[in-house]
Amino acid sequence: MTQPFIELKNVKKRFGSNRVMQGVDLLIFKGEITAVIGKSGCGKSVLLKHIIGLETLDSGVISIAGQDLSAMDREARKRFKQKTSYMFQNNALFDSLNVFDNIALPLAEGSSLSKKEIRDRVLMRMEQLEIMGIEGRYSAQLSGGMRKRVALARALVTDPDVVLFDEPTTGLDPVRKNAVHSMIKAYQERFGFTAVVVSHEIPEIFEIAQRVAMLDKGRIVFQGSPEQIKESTIDVVRSFINGIEETNREF
Amino acid sequence: MVIGWKHGFKSGGETILKSSAERLINKVEPLGAMTLGRVQSVGRGALFFLQGLFQILVLPIQFSKILEHTWFIGTKSMVVIVLTGIFTGMVLGLQGYYTLVRFGSEGMLGSAVALTLIRELGPVLTAIMVTARAGSAMAAEIGVMRISEQIDALETMDINPVRYLFSPRIVAAVISFPLLTALFDVIGIFGGYITGSLLLGINPGIYIYRVKESVLMADITGGFIKSLVFSLVVTTVCCNRGFFTHLHSTGGFGAKGVSHSTTTAVVHSCVLILVFDYIITYLLL
Ligand SMILES: Nc1ncnc2c1ncn2[C@@H]1O[C@H](COP(=O)(O)OP(=O)(O)O)[C@@H](O)[C@H]1O
Ligand SMILES: [Mg+2]
Repeated sequence: MTQPFIELKNVKKRFGSNRVMQGVDLLIFKGEITAVIGKSGCGKSVLLKHIIGLETLDSGVISIAGQDLSAMDREARKRFKQKTSYMFQNNALFDSLNVFDNIALPLAEGSSLSKKEIRDRVLMRMEQLEIMGIEGRYSAQLSGGMRKRVALARALVTDPDVVLFDEPTTGLDPVRKNAVHSMIKAYQERFGFTAVVVSHEIPEIFEIAQRVAMLDKGRIVFQGSPEQIKESTIDVVRSFINGIEETNREF
Repeated sequence: MVIGWKHGFKSGGETILKSSAERLINKVEPLGAMTLGRVQSVGRGALFFLQGLFQILVLPIQFSKILEHTWFIGTKSMVVIVLTGIFTGMVLGLQGYYTLVRFGSEGMLGSAVALTLIRELGPVLTAIMVTARAGSAMAAEIGVMRISEQIDALETMDINPVRYLFSPRIVAAVISFPLLTALFDVIGIFGGYITGSLLLGINPGIYIYRVKESVLMADITGGFIKSLVFSLVVTTVCCNRGFFTHLHSTGGFGAKGVSHSTTTAVVHSCVLILVFDYIITYLLL
């Protein structure tokens, strides 16, 4: 097996008395799409935020290409950040900037591209995501699905090597959902980027992911290929992917 | 303790004593936590300020953003400044006249109005009016960006949020405050002229002469220094409160949190303006 690109070792995190991560071990390989599944509120977003550095872990190690993230110097961290994009679960669009400026911002602030080049790249992304013609509108004037696609365009406009998607398809209609999935897939095939996709689209997400990891009660209870997860004998995994509430003892 | 003993004799001394000590600790503990919290937030504010200043100098200079904020803080505050300036000057003229006329020295009205405005009221009232107009807007806007993860989004794009949100506002305020103060002073002196000369009949020539004769360069420099300091105080307090909205959950979460940040930002700015006014006046005199 090759070296993992991103590796989480025994990562723990608590918010007050809420122990969200209780020793997460996860491997993410270069050029692969890794799907992270799990119940709502089990800490999937928190997991992604640790990788990009928005949250700091209490204990454990996250390493990027063999380098400890917390011990990285400023330059190395900057380099990692520059080629990594994050798509927020609730989009986090800049609501006082219009759609065009939203998508263009990472380029306008973080690159030395000319105005025209930026414009071309933004419009190309917008075309791919079928959101042409709304450049001048503001996030409050868009439908939920459009916002999602604007956020996607913003995450992809920098041609990142690593993209962390937090529920990219939640709230989209089935057609757009498939479009987003096949776009992620096509991107990966063309540019070979590494993606971590938090998703509730089961089983569709298994079609595009090379690896699947399931988070439950603060731990990764399964990681492996989509074929393996379908065969899994672990109770929580089986009942989750079949959409059955685990033995309803609570009721 | 004494109460503890009294009860202690009646029923199980040990436990009562312990519980009263515990109660004492429970009373003191929040006080300590609050003190630490305050110290921490002052430290955070100082670091925020220094980082903001430093980022002004980091290339490339953010010209278009500075321009945009100068327009918002400066240009759009002009109407408010003109209105408050003229009425402040007029009321100073009125009050000054009836005080001075008792000593038969109503001719001094020009210097009274001009000095009061240039040394004190100009910088202070301008800063307070701009806080109310632009400072509150800064706190609210940045606060909303914080709670809707927009600041986090900046960070993931490797855009320094302090540089992006705070630094251009400092420069814009440093440009705007002295200019608005000057405008306030001039309009105020004109307001004094309206009541003093036009309504109450002081010779216009004398009014203007007194203004020219009594105002020294030191007065103007002093007022200028004040407005510079206030510009830093107001932007730092307002941006800092908005930026760290999520760390002040005592005021509530979400929209409540933002409204709490905005209120606190305005109140703290106004208090600090007066505190710094005193300190600077003391140092200058
Ligand atoms: N900043 C925070 N402060 C306190 N608790 C948090 C914070 N962020 C997330 N949590 C808690 O962490 C848990 C996991 O949240 P999250 O990662 O958003 O779940 P999901 O798997 O649905 O994405 C939740 O119980 C949530 O309340
Ligand atoms: Mg989530």
